Amino acid sequence: MNTDPKPLQDRDTVLVNLTVNGETRTLRVPAMKRLVDLLRSDLGLTGTKEGCGKGECGACSILLNGKPVNSCLVPAFQADGAEIGTVEGLESPDGTLHPVQKAFIEEGAIQCGFCTPGAELAAVALLEQDPDPDEETIRDALSGNLCRCTGYAAMVKAVAAAAGKVGSG
Amino acid sequence: MPDNKLENSVVGTSPARLDAPDKATGRAMFVDDYDLPGMLHGAVIRCPSPRALLTGIDFTDCAAAPGVVTCLDASGIPGENVIPVIFRDMPCLAKDEVRFSGEPVAVVAADTRDRARKAAALAEVSFEELPAVLDPEVALNGEPDTPLIYGDNNCFTEYLVDRGDVDALFSTADLVVENSYRTPYQEHAYLETQGMIAAMQPGGVMRILGSMQCPFYVREAVAAVLGFPLAKVQVVQAATGGAFGGKEDVPSIVASQAALLAWKTGRPVKLIYTREEDIISMSKRHPGRIRYKTAVSGDGKLLAMDVDYILDAGAYSTLSPVVLWRGAVHACGPYKLEGVRVRARAAATNRVPCGAFRGFGSPQILFAVESQVDEAAAKLGLDPVEFRLNNILEQGDETAGGQLLRDSVGLRETLETAAEKSAWGEKRVSFSSDPPENERFRRGIGCSTVLYGVGLGAGGEHLARTGAYVQLEPDGSAVFAVGTTEMGQGMTTVLGQIVAEELGLDISRVRMMPTDTSRVPDSGPTVASRSTTMSGNALRDACSPVRRTLLEYAAKKLGVRPGSVSLANGRAESAKKSGGKRGDGSESIPLSEVLADAFADRAQLSGHGWYRVPHLEWRNRDGQGDAYITYAFAANIAEVEVDTFTGEVRLLRLTAAHDVGKAVNPREVRGQIEGGSLQGAGYALWERIVSENGIITNPDFSTYIIPTAVDAPAFEPLIVEAPFPGGPFGAKGFGEQPLMGVAPAVTSAIFNATGARITEIPATPERVLGLIKEKPDEY
Repeated sequence: MNTDPKPLQDRDTVLVNLTVNGETRTLRVPAMKRLVDLLRSDLGLTGTKEGCGKGECGACSILLNGKPVNSCLVPAFQADGAEIGTVEGLESPDGTLHPVQKAFIEEGAIQCGFCTPGAELAAVALLEQDPDPDEETIRDALSGNLCRCTGYAAMVKAVAAAAGKVGSG
Repeated sequence: MPDNKLENSVVGTSPARLDAPDKATGRAMFVDDYDLPGMLHGAVIRCPSPRALLTGIDFTDCAAAPGVVTCLDASGIPGENVIPVIFRDMPCLAKDEVRFSGEPVAVVAADTRDRARKAAALAEVSFEELPAVLDPEVALNGEPDTPLIYGDNNCFTEYLVDRGDVDALFSTADLVVENSYRTPYQEHAYLETQGMIAAMQPGGVMRILGSMQCPFYVREAVAAVLGFPLAKVQVVQAATGGAFGGKEDVPSIVASQAALLAWKTGRPVKLIYTREEDIISMSKRHPGRIRYKTAVSGDGKLLAMDVDYILDAGAYSTLSPVVLWRGAVHACGPYKLEGVRVRARAAATNRVPCGAFRGFGSPQILFAVESQVDEAAAKLGLDPVEFRLNNILEQGDETAGGQLLRDSVGLRETLETAAEKSAWGEKRVSFSSDPPENERFRRGIGCSTVLYGVGLGAGGEHLARTGAYVQLEPDGSAVFAVGTTEMGQGMTTVLGQIVAEELGLDISRVRMMPTDTSRVPDSGPTVASRSTTMSGNALRDACSPVRRTLLEYAAKKLGVRPGSVSLANGRAESAKKSGGKRGDGSESIPLSEVLADAFADRAQLSGHGWYRVPHLEWRNRDGQGDAYITYAFAANIAEVEVDTFTGEVRLLRLTAAHDVGKAVNPREVRGQIEGGSLQGAGYALWERIVSENGIITNPDFSTYIIPTAVDAPAFEPLIVEAPFPGGPFGAKGFGEQPLMGVAPAVTSAIFNATGARITEIPATPERVLGLIKEKPDEY
């Protein structure tokens, strides 16, 4: 007798519990719904962008338990129980920008802005892990986030500038 | 326009971008971030064949799919089935004949995006394959068995440039350099794919909101397809996630498709392209086939060039006539020549229609002309920088097109500055004497020089005008509107700086309204590096009466003549006078006091502005005359390391000096240099579209490789300012220029490192290794 569980179908729904930017959310969604769609459509967090839908460009990067992942590749059920961070969670409740956001603005790391939320989150994840990265480490950490506008130089500078300020407030 | 002060307070500084806080926080609204009540989602049905007779579309399964509200093919178009660009040969939805793989034939709307896309796949498109033309030189060969797909010769456009006695110059030249070059497609790879929302409004107005460069093009297309008057189509730009030319004409296609569905259903329709359909069906940089012959004197003077330039335009003419024109006009680079002969042709093929991409027909030809110049220098044993310095255009010279360069020629300074900052001379020596343990990894350094005709030029003069509006508020803040668009290049901030400068405001009190066809008259496209010069001049015109009024009221308050008042940083200041309240005799009052008087007096503190480019005398017959209002110039110096075992090239450093006239915002100028240069590096080394039988087989970022943060070189962006009297504060457009000369600088460096002369880009490891192996004795 075949005891394998039935593969999930599009019409199957699952209950998903997750913490998004510190807030607990419970949603019933189609099991194969992508996390990027859950965030954008169900929670209205449109700061997360979709650039390719295939995990190639990094525009939809979010933090999943502190690690940067492409939210277009994560089925919603897989995010059950996870802590999710999006660009909307980088600002303090009083409106103070995260040092990475400030540095992106000040160093001219933003042009069209479509890759910006994902790149900022990749930078935040890096600085959490390595508060004082060298240039090569920064470039490695940003290498999953395609940017067609800036040539990356200002972005690398911004991450280096933010490095001193993360943690020290 | 006279300036009432010696120094600018905002222009020439680098305030933070006005659009950066929204973009840093994710608040910026791109088209896909909008959700309207009752909104449907669109998807496009395409035919996979490069050339076929369309025999029918069976919508049975598509229409019955869950959530589907409507489907529509060419027969359902209420207006004209056309995307108007220049020749009006491209349909909105193909009917009868399909001319490239991925051409749209129908559209479908459903309640969710997923359902719309799934339903689109259920439509059955029937067709009979026809013989296709997939090579531009075959298209133009005139053989009886070559299918005719456009006119009587498969040629959309042909231009000639003819100057001097070219044959005589070649017959007396000491050296003739001759070669053929090939350049590839380049995909824009803007991070945000094409997208539009269309929604009918009360009053029978179709409102379009989306990602675009040229709202007035979109308006013309939607009006044509729906059969609406222009006044009943309103087009508003959403935040736009990169464009680079790729959102010049093709958003008209996307908007028309969405508009058809919104018109048919009476509901808002959002249409977002997948990355794959964006790559297979949207415009690209034209592949080029270029033959060059250059005549040089023994003492290193360039004498004449003979050029045959062919562009693969693809299935429809779109912008090819003007892309080709720009290429033909730039065919001699920034050099003095006595004789020039150019034949330029845009060939029709059954491939994706090519269009605008940063540089617009000139990166192809500049790769070829710079390669020729490099080859000539090498054959004569001359230093490539010295050779160029000996031949470049200077103020008072005539271009190969016969245009006298009256002012603003900073080319020599760009090349000398780049050479100095890159330590060109030292590295030419030190790289060639790298110790033998570096046998595998060879370093090299190479250069290029570039000129860039600013704006649309004589080829697009009918569009060379812009409108602007400015409105000063009682609290000393101001809003403004223009007809050009922000697509990431920084226009909002640069124009905000110009308004702040004109009206004496702090930049933080200036806001640009979203670009909207209902705010200012048709201002032409946002292309050709024209937004700073064109909208900048129109805004100065709009600000002029407002500024005059402010000066009058300030003068009255200060008890001086208006001519002795200056405006800056929210204050009005009188020039030195005896008995003034301040130590130097000047007096300063807040602008708010001046505004209080002016508003109490009901003075008009708003203005419309207009700018049109002066007429350019140009002859199409021989390609001679004034092609552009002015030129920007650049010099690039590239340093590479070549792995001679694998052929892999690493771009280590790029020094790029650009003459921009005046850097209104130096940080943003550097941003344009770095970003454009990296696109140029991609063009030189990595980016290529692969097709099999006319079908693109690498429509994603795993197989179409754009540079990442680890591929980018160290940049040294350098600003040179040779002011252009016709531009705002001396500025001239240059946004395209950073891409244009990178490829030849990189291949020049590869030659310097290995002796391998790249004549076809991208310089992939296979190509580089193949060339190195051809000359095993030399290295």
